[in-house]
Amino acid sequence: MNGVLDVALRLLVVFVVFLTFPLIVGQTEHKVMAHMQGRLGPMYAGGFHGWAQLIADGVKFAQKEDVVPNGADRRIFQLAPAVALLPYLLVLLAIPIGPGEGAVGQVLDAGVFFVLAVMAVGVLGSLMAGWASANKFSLLGGLRTAAQLLAYELPMLLAAASVAMAAGTVSLPGILDAFEWWWLPWQIVGAIVFFVAGLAELQRPPFDMPVADSEIIFGAYTEYTGLRFALFLLAEYAGIIVLCGLTTVLFLGGWHGPWGADGLGWVWTLLKTAILAFVVIWLRVTYPRLREDQLQKFSWTLLVPLSLAQIALTGIVKVVIQ
Amino acid sequence: MRETLGDSTAVVAADYFQSYSVVGLLALVGVLFVGVAFGAGRLLRPVVPTPEKLLTYECGVDPVGEGWAHTQVRYYVYAFLYVIFAVDSIFLFPWATVFADHGYGGTTLVEMFIFLGFLAVGLLYAYKKGVLAWT
Repeated sequence: MNGVLDVALRLLVVFVVFLTFPLIVGQTEHKVMAHMQGRLGPMYAGGFHGWAQLIADGVKFAQKEDVVPNGADRRIFQLAPAVALLPYLLVLLAIPIGPGEGAVGQVLDAGVFFVLAVMAVGVLGSLMAGWASANKFSLLGGLRTAAQLLAYELPMLLAAASVAMAAGTVSLPGILDAFEWWWLPWQIVGAIVFFVAGLAELQRPPFDMPVADSEIIFGAYTEYTGLRFALFLLAEYAGIIVLCGLTTVLFLGGWHGPWGADGLGWVWTLLKTAILAFVVIWLRVTYPRLREDQLQKFSWTLLVPLSLAQIALTGIVKVVIQ
Repeated sequence: MRETLGDSTAVVAADYFQSYSVVGLLALVGVLFVGVAFGAGRLLRPVVPTPEKLLTYECGVDPVGEGWAHTQVRYYVYAFLYVIFAVDSIFLFPWATVFADHGYGGTTLVEMFIFLGFLAVGLLYAYKKGVLAWT
């Protein structure tokens, strides 16, 4: 009975994190972007600095009419947001925030493998939306999403493999148990490649060519309204949480910090994740959108060779110190 | 449980099914959440379809031709490259867990460089052929 309660509690925590953290990132983005651009951002909803803006948005989305175009492939069109969103929920389960079994939703032996495989499913939602909408903008957006997945999945995979080599395990808590501080400089190239490739997979600026609003409206999501559109947005922000959390766990040492790893390890994890999320927002405000051919070239001629070099470096160092 | 079961493979198998059944449960929670959200949305929102609303969006004018329009897929060579590379790199993960163990070391390192060499030469060849440039 205790075991059942334990599992139920873990699932509940993961689910609540999944529903709240993306909103926190979203609200932070509103505010940070606004201040970086010399304006205030939302100020009215909820009274204090517009803290309830996203809740208000949610209420609006929920009661908005749901339009499925006549030409669309109805069933696929309606399912797409769920396919885009749910993989990130599953990935959250495997991310450890502190040492020991108490601070991770579920220890999975094939952790790295599992999270990369499941994360890639999320892109399928965008592809489904792009194809099923029967809209030219959506189709272009979907094709660009596919191109982006092809280009950026590979460097991400290779960078993650480098960490698995360093730790000698693919379990996420196992990687953190093996972590030493000098992994930071050792794996820094892999870390940057992983983070950048992850941004591209989430289609965040400056890699937002698939949803480029000034030329193809909103890419694959052009025809969506109301709740389904909201789920796509939620997927994007849940994706930011997952990417930042994974980068923290794989490359930045997760719960390890200068002090207090045992009691306050989870604070380090959350802090690092939050800082990375801030960087994600910062990059959005800073860089202009890359053109589609630049996107492809950036991955194939820079990120892939860099990640291969990182694997070579990891291999040499690991065998030498062994 | 780990202590009482003597047979280590049985423990591994039990752990395996236990951990992935939790993943399955969470997937169920997710499906329920989406189902409830869609159901609640159905109750909350108005349904007032008009022919104009149900038209495919095309910047305000009536759509021209079909939505599933002919497009040139410009990156199909990338797709080939991706498949080749991705299939290769999957094998890195099981290898990564054992390559530095006792009795491997130098040998596996040489093997790794042969592997990376193949990938690098492939990439270089693609680069020289000009397929990494947008056509």
